[in-house]
Amino acid sequence: MKVYQNRRTWAWPYLLFMACLVVLPLILIGIYAFTDMQGHFTVQNFLLFFSKSEAVNTFIYSIAIALLTTIICLVIGYPAAYIMAMKSFRTPAVIAMLFILPMWINFLLRTIATVELFHIFNLPLGEGALLFGMAYDFLPFMIYPIYNTLQKMDVSLFEAAQDLGANRIRVFTKVILPLSAPGIYSGIIMVFMPTVSTFAISELLTHNKITLFGSLIQRSFGEGGTTMWNYGAALSLIMLLIIAGTSFFGQGDADVDNQKGGLL
Amino acid sequence: MAKSEYIIEVNHVSKQFEDGKFALDDVSLKVRKGEFVTILGPSGCGKTTLLRCIAGFQVATEGDILLNGEDVTEMPPHLRPVNTVFQKYALFPHLNVFENVAFGLKLKGVEKVEMERRVKKALKMVSMSDYEYRDVDSLSGGQQQRVAIARAIINEPEVLLLDEPLAALDRKMRADMQLELREMHKKLGITFIYVTHDQEEALTLSDRVVVMREGKIQQIGSPTDVYNEPKNCFVANFIGESNILDAVMVKDKLVHFCDRDFECVDKGFGEDQEVDVVVRPEDWYIVESQKSKVDNDDNPWQLHGTVQSCIFKGVHYEMTVLTENGYELMVQDYHCFEPEMEVDLLVKPEDIQVMAKARLCNTFEGEVLEDNRVLFLDGEWDISDRTAERFDIGEKVEVEVDFNHINLQDDEEDGTLSGEVHFILYKGDHYHLQVRTDEGDDIYVDTKDIWDVGDRVGIKIAPSWIRLYKVESEE
Repeated sequence: MKVYQNRRTWAWPYLLFMACLVVLPLILIGIYAFTDMQGHFTVQNFLLFFSKSEAVNTFIYSIAIALLTTIICLVIGYPAAYIMAMKSFRTPAVIAMLFILPMWINFLLRTIATVELFHIFNLPLGEGALLFGMAYDFLPFMIYPIYNTLQKMDVSLFEAAQDLGANRIRVFTKVILPLSAPGIYSGIIMVFMPTVSTFAISELLTHNKITLFGSLIQRSFGEGGTTMWNYGAALSLIMLLIIAGTSFFGQGDADVDNQKGGLL
Repeated sequence: MAKSEYIIEVNHVSKQFEDGKFALDDVSLKVRKGEFVTILGPSGCGKTTLLRCIAGFQVATEGDILLNGEDVTEMPPHLRPVNTVFQKYALFPHLNVFENVAFGLKLKGVEKVEMERRVKKALKMVSMSDYEYRDVDSLSGGQQQRVAIARAIINEPEVLLLDEPLAALDRKMRADMQLELREMHKKLGITFIYVTHDQEEALTLSDRVVVMREGKIQQIGSPTDVYNEPKNCFVANFIGESNILDAVMVKDKLVHFCDRDFECVDKGFGEDQEVDVVVRPEDWYIVESQKSKVDNDDNPWQLHGTVQSCIFKGVHYEMTVLTENGYELMVQDYHCFEPEMEVDLLVKPEDIQVMAKARLCNTFEGEVLEDNRVLFLDGEWDISDRTAERFDIGEKVEVEVDFNHINLQDDEEDGTLSGEVHFILYKGDHYHLQVRTDEGDDIYVDTKDIWDVGDRVGIKIAPSWIRLYKVESEE
């Protein structure tokens, strides 16, 4: 039974898994996107998208919302991570726990709870609620990677910077910030990618008043049987390209990032 | 304020940490412009804390630090005209060699052409000219150290602080860097303050050595001074190899140890004063014994003994010799004397270093209790009836116990007090131990038993060996 002793054979289940659930669906999306209902090759699905200003606007709007969410998470998350990582803070573990705690609960439940929260305080649902809900849901994904890089930093680097004439602000901008870049990068990717394609949060927090790109895709598959599948596949492909684009953005630093334990 | 002749003055500085421990205890030090001063001591002696107080990373709890006559005790580090070479280099991993070295100049806003010129000059100084655009992570330890030095000297500080900069390098590399540091010190003409635990490094590099122990300065002096004339047993033991022996000063220029009188050059100790003597192992003259031949008063040889062991050390041999009166001495010579060989030893008067003893016996403050007991060091000790009779209950007394009358027990439960062996000094025929009790007090013990530093012990004293004296009231 020599074949079982070969370590490579252990990878087979995973390869099979990936072939069935990652590669095959991707190929299917590609095929559907470039065919019509009869199965003939066409680029009509893409033309349809670009000719509908409503669809393009939704697309741009989704990206804008995702960017805004990412920025909000970064602005709130970085200081939080910074405070937690500083040694003078006595109970970083507890604080870290409190930030991570909401992740124990399914995000749908949290979103529904957020809707109730808005009702209790008599606040209107809509764009503001959407941003709040998204930031609330994805904040831990921003804090954790940043906290991780900050926490691993060597204190003597800060001292070296001070010693060379940097005041507190300069120590931050010249040393701490550039060194935490890998964490910021992973945080951005981890918040931006899922927010571009989200649809449940927007539907719940805006009573379906605001349509995001994710909802558009979902509707193409959900309603009207199989009529819209080709169009939906084209939309999915466009979104995939956008996400792939953002992950390759800054790829030049990726090797360095990995060395320093960037991505989580 | 008038400019002081000293560039750095450390005046009665103490640093107490949050847990109440003193890292520095009333340290005073003055450093002249251009001097190369080394702070030397075992780990945990406070040397790095002192350096960090000078750099500004730590603020002294008491005392003040003057830089060029100006009080900088609480000045933040970025405003001080000093730069530091850190123990683990602390190079910025996100910057290359050039950017690391240029860091300080960039902060000052030095213009580009000038900056480039100075970075190149600094890198040339540390022989790293070809490495400007290399990633710092790709450099070896020695190269990183050079970059760290270049980064620190480029700001043209008045004082360069070096925190064990060579500790992470291998022996050969360390020796090369030592020479280069000396050269650099000469060329730059600025003050170097160097922290190390390596006594050889301290002696090689410095104009002056500051020996520290447990937050206190033990001795400040030139390398030859601290080596040839150590002020106390700790310094003698820490710097170089040494034979430290209990002795009695018979009179001026005559000292008694190893059961005989030796001529020496020290005076002013008073007659019959107990002292410590240090004889460096290389200061013994050793020959094969000629006892059979010469057995008259003209025999110049002072001690007779048997070689116990002989180890080759490269340039010399190191022998342990057990004298006929029971003292074990370390002797170094270029010639090998085989074990079992009978030898004679001699030391010249000027090679005997006499030191005053810090204490002649243990003294504590105590209080007499009921039932023939006395309270001191947070323990209740039995005393003899005869002693107890002379004092009232509740009376404050001074307690004295000789070093050799303290009994150390393996099992800490067996003692009246428990503690830990903190420091050991071999004195030829016995060990002199410093035992720290759990309450943090020190008891000094002479014993023939072998203990290790860190051993937990129980401390016992027989009632008859506890001497009590009345405290003379001040009223």
